[in-house]
Amino acid sequence: MALEDQRTTVYKIDPAHPESETLPTLRTEELLLNMGPQHPATHGVLKVILELEGERLVKSTPVLGYLHRGVEKLAEDGTYHQFIPHTDRLDYVCAMYNNFAYCRAVEKLMNITVPDRAEYLRTIVAEVQRIIGHQFWLGTQALDIGAMGVFFYCFRDREILMDWFDELCGARLTTSWYRIGGVERDFTPSLLEKLKLFLDYFPPKIEEYTVFLEKNRIWVGRTKGVAIISAEDAVSFGLSGPPLRGSGVDYDLRKAQPYSAYPKCEFSVPLGKNGDTYDRYWIRVQELYESVKIIRQCLEQMQDGPIMADVPSVTLPPKQRVFTNLESMIQQFKLFSQGFDAPPGEIYCGTEAHKGELGFYIVSTGGGKPYRLKIRAPSFIHMGAFDHMSRGYMISDAVTIFGTYDIVMGECDR
Amino acid sequence: MLLQQLASRIQENFATGFVKAVEWRGDLAVTVMRDRLHEVAQFLHDDPAMDFDYIVHVSSVDWPDDEERFEVVYEFYSIKKRQRIRLKTRVPESDCIVDSLTDLWKGADFMEREVYDMMGIRFRHHPDLRRILLPDDYTEGYPLRKDFPLRGKGWRDTFEFLDETAR
Repeated sequence: MALEDQRTTVYKIDPAHPESETLPTLRTEELLLNMGPQHPATHGVLKVILELEGERLVKSTPVLGYLHRGVEKLAEDGTYHQFIPHTDRLDYVCAMYNNFAYCRAVEKLMNITVPDRAEYLRTIVAEVQRIIGHQFWLGTQALDIGAMGVFFYCFRDREILMDWFDELCGARLTTSWYRIGGVERDFTPSLLEKLKLFLDYFPPKIEEYTVFLEKNRIWVGRTKGVAIISAEDAVSFGLSGPPLRGSGVDYDLRKAQPYSAYPKCEFSVPLGKNGDTYDRYWIRVQELYESVKIIRQCLEQMQDGPIMADVPSVTLPPKQRVFTNLESMIQQFKLFSQGFDAPPGEIYCGTEAHKGELGFYIVSTGGGKPYRLKIRAPSFIHMGAFDHMSRGYMISDAVTIFGTYDIVMGECDR
Repeated sequence: MLLQQLASRIQENFATGFVKAVEWRGDLAVTVMRDRLHEVAQFLHDDPAMDFDYIVHVSSVDWPDDEERFEVVYEFYSIKKRQRIRLKTRVPESDCIVDSLTDLWKGADFMEREVYDMMGIRFRHHPDLRRILLPDDYTEGYPLRKDFPLRGKGWRDTFEFLDETAR
């Protein structure tokens, strides 16, 4: 085919504008592009069908469920205690907070008050988990956008805390350290020492991460003004955590409905102004400083005392006694094989995990197993706003928008 | 506003559709008739004294022995008033459809799709009511219903056993 002929197939004259006859217009058509399910930047197995006009996103349809394991159905098959390890596997980079949220929900159902020391221990570990979560987010978000160095710095420091978790409960990711009514074991002197060392070591390191990014023209260019969501829309979509606070909405469950040892600590909730990716990044970095502040205060205020509520019909006996005392062994066995008798009723209990509001809605009809357990997973709800937030942005921004939710598919698909 | 006052305000405004209000463990759950659900939700969303602008979750419960088998559960929160409410309605199995609340809270879109996917309750006027977590061509029913087996469908027992022991 001659060159001239080829050109006529590509260009066509727009009949609506005969004056353009001299200037041929480009033939355009929408392009459908499957992003995922296998894509390194989708943080799991997620597929999004992108409708493109040139390089602009016209519409995006998330296709979820590749990691659906039926956790809510599984919950109906086990006792309340047995579900704790399942919560680890929801959001596997933030296991401690999932345990925490679940245990709080069951405690609300059973009307148990957790002893003071246990509340402090829980708050400290939850905030350590928040630091880990934000470090993980910062590293991967920067990696997705193209700043690889930050990833190594974040993971270097995250490793210290992972080892700390290892020493605390014997696992790095699937921790299951929280128990209904308290915690599994107390801090050892070595753990306390290591945590204090980390608190002194860490704040200067945060500046090390940010100096990489805030003066990096590419990072700033790819986050400022990208994926803007107004406060009104963010609330209407039910966003929570940094994506909601990035739009300037002051909603943090640690302040709105204080729980655990948070009311006894002084900390502030950073709020964004523009509702863009950069503000959400800024909030998470500020929350790192706040977490350090909370942990310091908890360590100062914490007094000796029991670490488990004294409700033998519900809470587990200390492990030491299980191995030496017959009654405690029977109690442990009965609690795991039959469970405790929960009163009929229903509760919802939300907890501010580092991704957003992680809530458990439990319906009980009595007996040892939940009748229905619903998990309010922030990642799932954030994906609901993906189409709205991505419209009009470039195709390369799709990756930024996944990242800005801090999405983990294990939690999204449950 | 106290939870009791909240419940009685809903009762005053919707005398015909109001079924009951239960307060337990500090949570308020209001049950309304299915045909008034959207009106009550609109009232909760728009009324300045209510101002429930935030949708927390949409869920569903299966009660196979009841006449109206399914229960649809909405949970709302007011960011300004720091108040929480649970709105429930019952749906019979023969006609399991309720009005969608996507026009009031945009987030209800995905949440209602999940309820449809897991429990098979349909939502009238929902913009895109498809399965969300399970594949579109999934035909084995709705997994969170109580008649969906909890421990497999027994296929495992029907597998042929290959005898590979030495003879």
